[in-house]
Amino acid sequence: MTSQASAGSLNAPPGEGPPGAARVLAALDAVRDPELDEPITSLGFVASCTVSADGDAQVRLRLPTYFCAPNFAFLMVADAYDAMSAVPGVRRAEVVLEDHFASDAINGGVAALLGFARSFGGEAVGELHELRADFLRKAVMAGTDQVCRPLLAAGADPAGLLALRLGEVPPSGPLQRLRQRRAELGLPAGDDAPLVIDPVTGARMSADSLPLHLRRARTTRISIESNASICRGMLRHRYGSSGLDEEDEYQ
Amino acid sequence: MYEKNGEKYFVVDGHMHYWNAAPDNWVPGAEQFAKGWIECFHAYQGLGPPETHWTLDHFQKYSEDDLMKDVFEDGYVDVAIFQPTYLKEWYKEGFNTTERNALMGEKHPGKFVYNTRWDPRDGDEGLKQLQRNVERFGSQGCKLYTAEWNSGSRGYKLTDPGAYRYLEACQELGIKNIHVHKGPTIWPLDKDAFDVSDVDHVATDFPGLNFIVEHVGLPRIEDFCFMATQEPNVYAGLAVVIGGLMHARPRFFAKVMGELLFWVGEDKMLFGSDYAIWEPKWQVEGFVNWEMPASEEFADYPRLGVEGKKKILGLNAAKLYGIEVPAEYQLKDGGTPGAHEVLGGEPEEHAASGA
Repeated sequence: MTSQASAGSLNAPPGEGPPGAARVLAALDAVRDPELDEPITSLGFVASCTVSADGDAQVRLRLPTYFCAPNFAFLMVADAYDAMSAVPGVRRAEVVLEDHFASDAINGGVAALLGFARSFGGEAVGELHELRADFLRKAVMAGTDQVCRPLLAAGADPAGLLALRLGEVPPSGPLQRLRQRRAELGLPAGDDAPLVIDPVTGARMSADSLPLHLRRARTTRISIESNASICRGMLRHRYGSSGLDEEDEYQ
Repeated sequence: MYEKNGEKYFVVDGHMHYWNAAPDNWVPGAEQFAKGWIECFHAYQGLGPPETHWTLDHFQKYSEDDLMKDVFEDGYVDVAIFQPTYLKEWYKEGFNTTERNALMGEKHPGKFVYNTRWDPRDGDEGLKQLQRNVERFGSQGCKLYTAEWNSGSRGYKLTDPGAYRYLEACQELGIKNIHVHKGPTIWPLDKDAFDVSDVDHVATDFPGLNFIVEHVGLPRIEDFCFMATQEPNVYAGLAVVIGGLMHARPRFFAKVMGELLFWVGEDKMLFGSDYAIWEPKWQVEGFVNWEMPASEEFADYPRLGVEGKKKILGLNAAKLYGIEVPAEYQLKDGGTPGAHEVLGGEPEEHAASGA
């Protein structure tokens, strides 16, 4: 997976033709549900993706329920907009969130680049940076369990785990994800950084605090994965069809 | 009651409803929300066994006879606790109100407990209504839906000053149990509406009340667990955990149960079917049959035995609500039911509590 999409130019670089829909869809792999820490594509949230000959790209998103939390829905629509806009050759990006109680506020707000607070008038006070960071920290906790459990199962002892640096852990998908999430939060993510850190301060954990930390990491992972599992079931019941590039379970 | 392998289980359904979500009850101009709400509930039902699914028509409005048959005749429930949810901005007479529940329940003495509700945004008039409801229906508990829309506000926290007035009133009126149900919206919308740290605060400040966090704080199970483990008067309401995971995602069900048994413990977990989202019959049968899987993945989770299942299915809630349980359903060997008596005394200091 690529790093998180950042705001892109509305206009295509000169000389580029329009991209294929597959390329826009691939860009959406970088957009995650912040609560579930999983791409909106593999979750089945992308209902359709089209690009006109002029480079007008449209993505339609769908969520498991009509009442999914509007702040997280907004982040996904805004991130999808940014990711699409950054694809070379996309002249205009449009994201349409379907069948949601706040569809109009979210779709209109993202299209007009209003940000969250202005999209929701007096109902919101601030933007969503803090919310996003809180859930990235949960993702770091879940990722800590994903990386540490196999090491412990293979015989690593807690003291060894504490001494381990990221560059010494055998490469894996979960390790790569953990490092990316830490980097997004501005936490140490280089080869020399400790594997187990406090997701708020970035400090190395102490031996005393390690057992509880790992226990909490496991609970956080199970919570997120269970939620993703429920969301998949609800989405399937709601629409009875697969989204573009949907995957059954994410490991 | 339910009986299996010679063991008798007293069943208290700690979370169920008698709603009318049919179009005749939709508020003009808010039809899309009324429709969206009940369709969302109906999608949850899709996580149960296929043979227990209802048509949307039936799901929107079921009869009193349906409820009595599904919950008591077929569903093994001895006593059911109504948890009202008003949503009067979307449903003309409310989604399921204390009055609607009691009107039905009065015909079946001894079968129901009538919880009521409040909303801190209703101010002084709401306080008076709460007192009237307690006097009229004998409510010992309240169901709070913090994401309810009310006059332009999308929700509230229990730590809002208005909520403290109501919690104080609850203590004065003899209310013992506060069932908290978090939802997807709150004011302001940029905050996490599912955050349970407000329950942490009020559980410390109101030790005379029990706080049952419905749906175990889903989708914030982890935050709920870390909070509940520190607060003696915080309980886990299992509605949605059993209904939503036991059939559809058995591995996750086992893991979530393992987490709850570890952090919260079998003395503080309460069964709730969430009827009419799911019928209690298959949930009770499946739960009594359920065992923690033997594989390594689950090796470090606590086990749940017959005694623990008896507590969760009924004895814990019976204790919280003062429901009399015949001797044959009590725990053997003089064991005591799990749930604590209502606590009293001064608020305790909790170093780790707080936002």
